[in-house]
Amino acid sequence: MEAFLSSLVSIAFHGVAYGMILYVISVGLSVTMGLMGFVNLAHGVFAMAGGYILTAGLSRFGLPFPVALTLAFFLVAAGSIVLERLLYSRLYSAHELEQVLFTIGLIFIAVAVAQILFGNLQQPVVLPDYVKGQFPLLGRDFPAYRVFLIAFSTVMIAALWFGVERTRWGAMVRAAVDNRAMAQSIGINTRRLFTLTFALGSGLAGLGGALGAEIIAIQPTYPFEHLVYFLIVVSIGGLGSLRGPFIAALLIGITDTACKYWVPHFGAFFIYVATIGLLLWRPAGLFGRRV
Amino acid sequence: MTPVLETRGLCKSFGALTVADNIQFRLDAGARHALIGPNGAGKTTFVNMLTGRLVPSSGRVLLGGEDITRLGQAARVKRGIGRTFQINTLFRNMSVLDNVALGVAERHGTSGRLWRPARIYERVRKEAHDLLVMLGLEDDAGGRVGDLPYGKQRLVEIAIALGLQPRVLLLDEPAAGVPSSELERILRVLDALPKDIAILIIDHDMDLVFRFAQRITVLVQGGVLVEGTPAEIAGNRRVHEVYLGEQRHA
Amino acid sequence: MQAVGYGADPRIRWTEWLPWLAAVAVFFLLPEYLPLGARILVFILFALSLDLILGYAGVITLGHSAFFGLGAYVAGILAAKFGITDPLLLLAAAALAAGVLGITTGAVILRTHGLTQLMLTLAIAAVCFEIANKATPITGGADGLSGIKIDPIFGAFRFDMFGRTAYVYCLITLFCGWWLVRRIIYSPFGATLTGIRENEVRMHAIGVPVYLRLVIAYTVSAMIAGVAGALLTQTNQFVGLNVLGFEPSGELLVMLILGGVGRLYGAFVGPLVYMIAQDQLAKQFPEYWYLGIGLILVAVVMFARGGILGILDGLIARFRRPQ
Repeated sequence: MEAFLSSLVSIAFHGVAYGMILYVISVGLSVTMGLMGFVNLAHGVFAMAGGYILTAGLSRFGLPFPVALTLAFFLVAAGSIVLERLLYSRLYSAHELEQVLFTIGLIFIAVAVAQILFGNLQQPVVLPDYVKGQFPLLGRDFPAYRVFLIAFSTVMIAALWFGVERTRWGAMVRAAVDNRAMAQSIGINTRRLFTLTFALGSGLAGLGGALGAEIIAIQPTYPFEHLVYFLIVVSIGGLGSLRGPFIAALLIGITDTACKYWVPHFGAFFIYVATIGLLLWRPAGLFGRRV
Repeated sequence: MTPVLETRGLCKSFGALTVADNIQFRLDAGARHALIGPNGAGKTTFVNMLTGRLVPSSGRVLLGGEDITRLGQAARVKRGIGRTFQINTLFRNMSVLDNVALGVAERHGTSGRLWRPARIYERVRKEAHDLLVMLGLEDDAGGRVGDLPYGKQRLVEIAIALGLQPRVLLLDEPAAGVPSSELERILRVLDALPKDIAILIIDHDMDLVFRFAQRITVLVQGGVLVEGTPAEIAGNRRVHEVYLGEQRHA
Repeated sequence: MQAVGYGADPRIRWTEWLPWLAAVAVFFLLPEYLPLGARILVFILFALSLDLILGYAGVITLGHSAFFGLGAYVAGILAAKFGITDPLLLLAAAALAAGVLGITTGAVILRTHGLTQLMLTLAIAAVCFEIANKATPITGGADGLSGIKIDPIFGAFRFDMFGRTAYVYCLITLFCGWWLVRRIIYSPFGATLTGIRENEVRMHAIGVPVYLRLVIAYTVSAMIAGVAGALLTQTNQFVGLNVLGFEPSGELLVMLILGGVGRLYGAFVGPLVYMIAQDQLAKQFPEYWYLGIGLILVAVVMFARGGILGILDGLIARFRRPQ
């Protein structure tokens, strides 16, 4: 019994850590899909880019950990602005199929570039000593880095939620997600809003990819392998919603960890089936507005 | 006499927002009826509830005495409700003939056939073609709908609805967006519509409404303000108040 | 303008016989390329099935590999584990299995739209992949099933090691599939599919049972994809995980876009060009291959939405009317 409880705690802990990373990565996707109505399957590319920036920064350039993390956020955000202005913005009113194809093309390009620049192997994550080792919490020892992950993500998420609820930018985003035409007619500069929000969402993805490099390995096939999970978080959580994907990400993180621990033979099977079931019951997601 | 289309106590709310408030409405066979009201009065919502696109919160819709409130769009079309859309809702990349033929074939029951080529269905083609002739579009039959001038596209909207051989025709702003050079054509088509169809026109254009309608219903904030003949409506003080600042024709 | 509908001439134009003549010519003139040729034919059939549901009906699916893979595995499992080795029987079984999966999943996902629908197609394909991956006793897991022996066709035509029988077998099956899809496209049913793609709202407003038509189209498309999968298993005498998951779906999508969606022959041109290029280039520079494909895909979406056939159409139009 003691062992069972202990494994429950362990699963919950690791599941929450995984879930929070999933959320930090996927929240940008949810907001931009709800805001721009754009199917961006290439979102995982931003997370991967952040991961590569971190791992390369740590191992090849010997950067301090906080610097590498910050770089991951800002470089990816900046890169995404370029992509958005040059390419994405031309396709906002295009047919869904074209958006899907375009983003698949981006994934191919990113995967190829990653392979050429970094090779096929997983990137090693050289963490600084102060986040390694064990951290005592409530009478137990937990991996320190995971504790750090959870704490840091909580702060970021709180900042994000506060920003969306309280700032002018956040109000504009909420208005435009609710009714884009209306928002434009009251003078909201939707173009700038899109670019800014896209940059923020992509930057967060980069940050999430960097933070989670230990949990979700950084390798060229990253955007393909984890695409389904990011999409699951967003579609179950509900497009354009902030809270929905959070719950969804935690659910997935915990369920996935639990399955890998107790029924490893089934792999991700259970999650996919559960996703199918959930989406059939609630096509707009748990907290979504419309289909 | 049983009205061909009737609503009893039709209501629709989205949360606290009421867009249709206890609408009592009737349309007799061969009627020429208009529905007017300021922007946001709920006219299109009402039409959507008549066609089955929107489910009312309460109340009933009856077609020829039959309660169709629970029926979906396709079933209502089969029973004789046809509509045009305020904004052209056409198959832009298909030919004008195909646009009309699709509805005609559906009515004939042949549109689900998998095996023989569509061109073989002569009756469908002829009927679609005849409709185009009636609306003066026969020269454009083979052309792409998206290439037509806007006014002709509006006519295709009407042609599609007529192809359904409806008992009731709901025309949502048939002249909307049409340049004045093409307006007369549409008006003449409206005048020439078959006399046995009951027609409800929703519009803002008072010239069109007064030219066309025998009875007018005024909708304001989801509720029926008043109903009567054009002369009665024109002389009604409350209607004038509602349209103050918006009226183009007293 | 689309070549379907009530005004379209359904008779086969002489240009439509060219692909078949070319295929027959390849048989006699390029015998060393027959194995690759058979593979291309299989993917043309697979692409046709996708074009029916995507190009004509407008349903975006990233999970079509589920049907392809199911057909491939049904053929492989029946042959390797149950000793059923008659090729035509295996095709029929694959079509049946894929059809069942198609109608059950189609009935469910065609009630949804947008991201949810896309997500469901991905999820279903992912489930199929996981099942094949984990059910090792039946499917061979990550190693797949090899050494699948297939009987001679009609008892007379043995599968030879030069791939001659396989090529002709695939060619004839493709011909049947093409003929079927072509009939459907030119039929009133095909016209309604195009109508659904063009303007679903309008279709509802003229009384068409949209959902039912889509489910039927989806099921037929699934069955054809299943047959293509079974063909692949029979010609390779092997079935593995590479017939499932996002990769074959994604690659097929690229092939179809490249050739031109909703044009029937885009499904011929796309796989042909893609697979020949892949055969020549990808072996030497696999990363650069994906880079090139990605760039072409982005370029096609930005500048050449009709694919290769679209570009050809544009050139021909400009040729005919010098301005």
